[in-house]
Parts: sequence; structure tokens; C-alpha cells
Amino acid sequence: MGLRDSLMKGLSRSREAISEIFYMGGEVDESFWEDLEDTLVMGDMGAEVAMQVTDDLREQAAREGLRTARQLREALAQRLSQELTPAKRDPFRALPSCVLFVGINGAGKTTTVGKLASEALNLGIKPLIGAGDTFRAAAIEQLQVWGERSGVEVITRERGADPASVCYEVIDEAEKRGSELVLIDTAGRLHTSPELMRELAKVVNVTRKRANMPVWVVLVVDATTGQNGLNQAREFNQALDLDGLIVTKLDGTAKGGIVVAISHELKLPIWRIGVGEGIDDLQPFDALEFSRALVGETEGL
Amino acid sequence: MAVFSSLSDRLQDTFDRLRGKGRLTEDDINAAMREIRMALLEADVNYRVVKNFVSACKEKCMTADVLDSLTPAQNVVRIVLDQLTQLLGSTESKLVLAQNRTPNVIMLVGLQGSGKTTAAAKLAYLLKGQGRSPLLAACDVHRPAAADQLETLGKEIGVPVYRGDGVDAVKVASESIRYGIDHLNDVVIVDTAGRLQIDEEMMAEAVNIKNAVKPDQVLMVVDAMTGQDIVNVVRAFAERVDFDGVIMSKLDGDARGGGALSVREVTGKPIKFVSQGEKPDSLEVFHPDRMAKRILGMGDVVGIIEQAQKVADEQDVLNAERMLREGFTMDDMLDQMNQIRKMGGLSKLIGMIPGGDRALAQMGGNLDESQITRIEAMIRSMTPEERRQPKKINGQRRKRIAAGSGRSIQEVNQLLKQWSEMNKMMGKMKAMANDMGGKGGGSRKARRQMQSMMRNMGMGGGQGRGNFPF
Ligand SMILES: Nc1nc2c(ncn2[C@@H]2O[C@H](COP(=O)(O)OP(=O)(O)O)[C@@H](O)[C@H]2O)c(=O)[nH]1
Ligand SMILES: [Mg+2]
Repeated sequence: MGLRDSLMKGLSRSREAISEIFYMGGEVDESFWEDLEDTLVMGDMGAEVAMQVTDDLREQAAREGLRTARQLREALAQRLSQELTPAKRDPFRALPSCVLFVGINGAGKTTTVGKLASEALNLGIKPLIGAGDTFRAAAIEQLQVWGERSGVEVITRERGADPASVCYEVIDEAEKRGSELVLIDTAGRLHTSPELMRELAKVVNVTRKRANMPVWVVLVVDATTGQNGLNQAREFNQALDLDGLIVTKLDGTAKGGIVVAISHELKLPIWRIGVGEGIDDLQPFDALEFSRALVGETEGL
Repeated sequence: MAVFSSLSDRLQDTFDRLRGKGRLTEDDINAAMREIRMALLEADVNYRVVKNFVSACKEKCMTADVLDSLTPAQNVVRIVLDQLTQLLGSTESKLVLAQNRTPNVIMLVGLQGSGKTTAAAKLAYLLKGQGRSPLLAACDVHRPAAADQLETLGKEIGVPVYRGDGVDAVKVASESIRYGIDHLNDVVIVDTAGRLQIDEEMMAEAVNIKNAVKPDQVLMVVDAMTGQDIVNVVRAFAERVDFDGVIMSKLDGDARGGGALSVREVTGKPIKFVSQGEKPDSLEVFHPDRMAKRILGMGDVVGIIEQAQKVADEQDVLNAERMLREGFTMDDMLDQMNQIRKMGGLSKLIGMIPGGDRALAQMGGNLDESQITRIEAMIRSMTPEERRQPKKINGQRRKRIAAGSGRSIQEVNQLLKQWSEMNKMMGKMKAMANDMGGKGGGSRKARRQMQSMMRNMGMGGGQGRGNFPF
């Protein structure tokens, strides 16, 4: 073996060694940025936002001399968490209050009402539930089961009844009993149906007019929702003037990145997250923790 | 965020910037591919699937055909659309049920909230419409009142529901098959609980149900609004439970439904049905070409046209139903002719019918605009009562009508003969409609069938291609 060859060999070994060190230290190369962008897109952040955020971070890294993958991911998580609109008040604590749950079919409205009723009762708050989904088959029965599970009474009318009249009734009852928190379930609907959106707007308006306590409208968003989530949120917001969000099904592998766009664009806080089908599977929202999950795992770097 | 413009517009923009440059280069194609990539990602096609798809498209676009083309944007769109349609397409998008097995079993699986229960009812409704006798099995024992929901839906569409003890999903499932056999149901549709693909216990339950009922078909219900995570979901379901096809739900919204492509790419399973609403009849067969356009943000042009058609059809159907109830009147005949006139005249219309030209010549040019005018004159000379009930027109009345319209009695007689032919046909249709089980064609399918018959007879307005009684 000639001198040149052995030199090359030695060099390549050290090159290997160096890249290994880089890897161990989580040093940043081109593929790191690509991975990062991929992670964000895969988390349903949307390609445009993901690209922009990644580019911004590159600049910031150069400016502030951030060098390791760990540092950068953390910086990104921080930055994303600032995109999320913070909650000024929590309608499930700022009492008395009346909250209407809206969203598309299957998002998790009814389940969330059940979980929140239980949460309230555990805190010594007196809740009351209104069964405003008078449309879907067995929606009332489903909510009644949640009423039993949580030990909270459910005010119902028959299927097909005017949902606005259910709202009237539940608020009447709440006033009579001195309930502090009224939770009203509504029928799922697609934001593309003007007729159903108008009907829902009527329900919300009637409730706002009738109630002497503050009324809040919360959009329930399934974490598996893709880019259409933003359309959804815009339409619901336009029709109903939303106050906040709840994200469900974060116990799956979906990251719920679309709510970053929603929260940011519509300036809506996220009040709770759903992490399962059980009565206790509801957690307060932590913007930083949520953002860290979106940015990807930091272990091993 | 920018308003999504259609892919064709965007590509046009991209290529417009290059105009006057002569032959396209690889860089130009790359620019186009970036637009395609964005369009697909906006449609929620999975990131990795997009990568593969775009590189395959690029290769196809790098041919002289495209590079030298005067209309590169259109060419690229066509290639992408073809490629996408091909990927979405499938050789067997129908339900495959064993011939020699009773009952056939269809099992539905999917995530929570994807629309399984609604889809189960729709499927039952569809099969019932095909003359089957389905049974719904309520094997979602987890979500509160899921069985109640299925039972209510079952009642609405007249399909029985087996609920069992509502505790043990596997037991309910196997009992439902026995129940189906005992009650002569030839299809059992097994609705199951929604489950996360990472929930080991629940996935095991699905496998156990499957083993218990040995379904002919397992269909996975996938929400059209699902984002990127769909690949993880369908991959796990394909590996653990395995399924034969997909029902895409909630396509009545405005989601672009890119998940359809991801499902095909990752599992190779066909999309069999699309579900477009909450009504039982809103389950439709999958059209890959329409889906491809939708994913690319090119609008579901065909769908929109069909929709417009539907609205127009509703009026036709109402008219048709009234004719069935009350018979075909002279006013209907007049209406019919005015519609023909609006469409550019009788001869033009007849000319559009195969063989129409020849028929026209045979009649010695007798069949022209002036004949319509003559018929109109005769009908206008009738009293409202006579128009409603032409049977009442006796000899004396005929004479009066002939005189009033300046036509001969023979011509009036001929008109009445034509009317009676039409009315006879109406009678036949009425009988058929009753056979199809609708009081005046109550079910949508029966109504549709009837409507197309009416159209063939030249009655349904709109197209009006068919045999005219004159
Ligand atoms: N895994 C999981 N499932 C949930 C969660 N929230 C709701 N679900 C399920 O999603 C499905 C639809 O929920 P439901 O409350 O009926 O939705 P609604 O139509 O909006 O009222 C049900 O099967 C629920 O059990 C959650 O946080 N995690
Ligand atoms: Mg509900």
C-alpha cells in the first residue's frame, strides 16, 4: 500500500469518526433542516408555514450562534408556542358561564362536554348540561350516558326539537337552580352547509340574548384534521364569532399542527386537549409542551 | 395565507414567466413540480407520498413532447392528472361478495368519529335498494349510545339491527351472523367501535371480531379531512386487521381529500365508495378522475354540473310524478313543445337523434316548426277542462276546436291520437313505478329510474332526445 492510499484511508476513517461525533452531538447539517421541515409538515402545520418557520429559524440560528440540534429544536418550540394565542380567561373557571360546543361531525363535542362536566363537579362547581344536538340519531342518549357518568343532570328535549329552545330551557333551569356552568352540546355540521350554519348561528344568538351570564362558543377540533381545518375554523368563526378551541384525540399519533395556524390566524386560545375516550382524559393546554411535540422528539440528539 | 388557486392557474403563471425562452429546461420543470408539490400538500397528501409522486411526474414531464410544447402548462397538468387518476383508480371498486355464501358479511373499521355508523346505514340502504335483505350488527359496545344510533338509523331505512347484550363485541358479532341466518338476511353489516391504530387492546378486538365473522369484505372508513397522519393509521389497520377497500366520508365538505392518494399509495387498497352527507342515499361509487381533479384543486367540474343537473331534475321529477298521478294533459304536451322550441327547433333536435335525419326526410319535410305552431293553435282552442281531460273531447267539440284553430278535423283527431298514445305509456310507467315499491315512485332510486324513462320518452325536459309523438 502506497503512502497516498494509506493517507486516504486514515482520512476517511477520521471523516467517519467526525460525522459520528457530529451525529452524537446533534450538530446541524443540511439534512437537519430538511428533517425539521418534514416534521412540521407531517404534523399538519402546512407546507407554507413549515417552510417559513424553518427559514426564520435558520436566520435566527446564524444570528444567535445556535449550533446543536437540541438548541435549535428548543428555539423552534419556543417560537411556535408564541404563535399560539394565550388564554386570558378560562370559561370553565371564570364563573358563572355558559359554553356552547360546536364543530364538525365526529370531532368530539359530546365526549368533551361529558369530560368537562366531570372536571367541574370534581372542583366543586355546579354544572348543568344542555342536549342541543337534537338532530343526530341517539345523540341525546349518548349525552345522557355522559350525564350519568359524570353525575351531572342533562336537560333534553325530544329528537327533532328546535335546538334553540333547548338552550332557552337549560338556561332557565340553570338560573332556577343556581348552576354556575352551563355546557351545551350542538349537532355536528360541515362548515360548507350554509343552511346548517345559519341554524347554528341562531342557536348561538338566542343563547347570547337569553343568558345573563357570559356565553362562550368553543370550536372542537379533531387533531387528525389536515389543512381543511383552517377553512372549517374560518367559517365557524365568521358565522358564530368563536371564543376558543379545544383539540381532541391527541392520544393518537397525529400532532394537531393545524391548530397552530387556526389559533394564530383567528387569535383563539386553546382551552383544553382531549387525550382519550375516558372521562378523565382531558388536560389543560400547555403551549410549549404542545409545540415541543410538534417539533419532534429531542432524545438521542 | 394565500387563497388557493387552481393548479392549472399556478402552472400557467409559472410557465408564463418563462415565455419567449423557447425550449423548457429541467429547471423550468422543477419550478412546475414545486407548484404541484404545494398543491398536493395543501390537499393533505402525505409528505412522503408527495415526494414519490412528484419525482415520477417529473420523469414523465422531461420528455421532448412536453419540453418543446407550445402549451407546456396544459401538458404538465394533463400528465399529472393522468398519473393521479391512474394511481387513484382501481380495477375492483365494487363490493365483492361471495356467490355461494349466505349471509355475506361486511365489516366496517376506522378511527373514532370517522363516520362508520352512518356509513353502515348507508351501505345497508344501498344493498336494500339492490334487492338484498341486510342486517345491521351493532358491535360498537364502547361509545355510549352507539347501538341506539344504529338502531334509529336502521328503523329509518327499514333495516333490522342486531344488538345482542351490548357488552361483548365479539359475541354480538358472532351472534349477529346466526341471527341473520335465522331471519333470512343475505348480508350482515358489522359496525364496530372507532379505535386508534396504536390502541393494542382495541386493535386486538377488531381482529377477534374479524376472526369470528370471517367477513367477505372489510371496509375502512376514512374521513376526507384527515391530515398527514393518515399513512400511520391505514398502515397499522392494514397490517393488523387488513381491509379490502375504503369508504371516504365527509366528502360533501370542501376538504380536498388528498388522503385518498396516501391510502392507495401506502396500502394499495382501492377506494370503493364516497360518502357525501348525512342522508342514507348519499353513498356513491368512487370516481378516480373526479377525485384527482379535486385533490389538485381543479374543482370537481363534473360533480358541479351533475349537481346543477340534479336541481333541474328535481323539477322534472315533480312534473313526472304529477303526470303519473293525474295523467298527461294537453298542457303538458304544449309545455313539451315549448321546451323543444327553446332548444333551437324541432328539426335541429330530431337531427341530433341517430337516424333522425332520415326520419325527417321520410316524412317529406312535413315535420317542421309550422307543425308545432299548428298543434299549439289547436291546444289553445281547447278549454282548460278539455286540456286536462282530453277524453271528454267529443265530435262536437272537435269541430269547434278545428274551427277555432283554423285546422282540419283530421288534424285534431291526429293530435288526440298522439295524446292517447302518450297517456297509455304513462299508464305502463305507473304500473312499473308501483312495482318498484314507491307510491308514485317514493324511493329515490325508483324516481331516478322513472325519470330516465320519462326522458327517453322525450318528456323529461332538458335533453329531450327521444321518440316524439308527432
Ligand atoms: N381517542 C380519542 N377519541 C375521542 C376523543 N374525544 C372523542 N373521541 C371519540 O370520538 C368519537 C366521536 O366523539 P363524539 O363526542 O361523539 O363527537 P361529536 O360528533 O363531535 O359529538 C367517539 O367515538 C369518541 O369516543 C379523544 O380525545 N381521544
Ligand atoms: Mg355529538
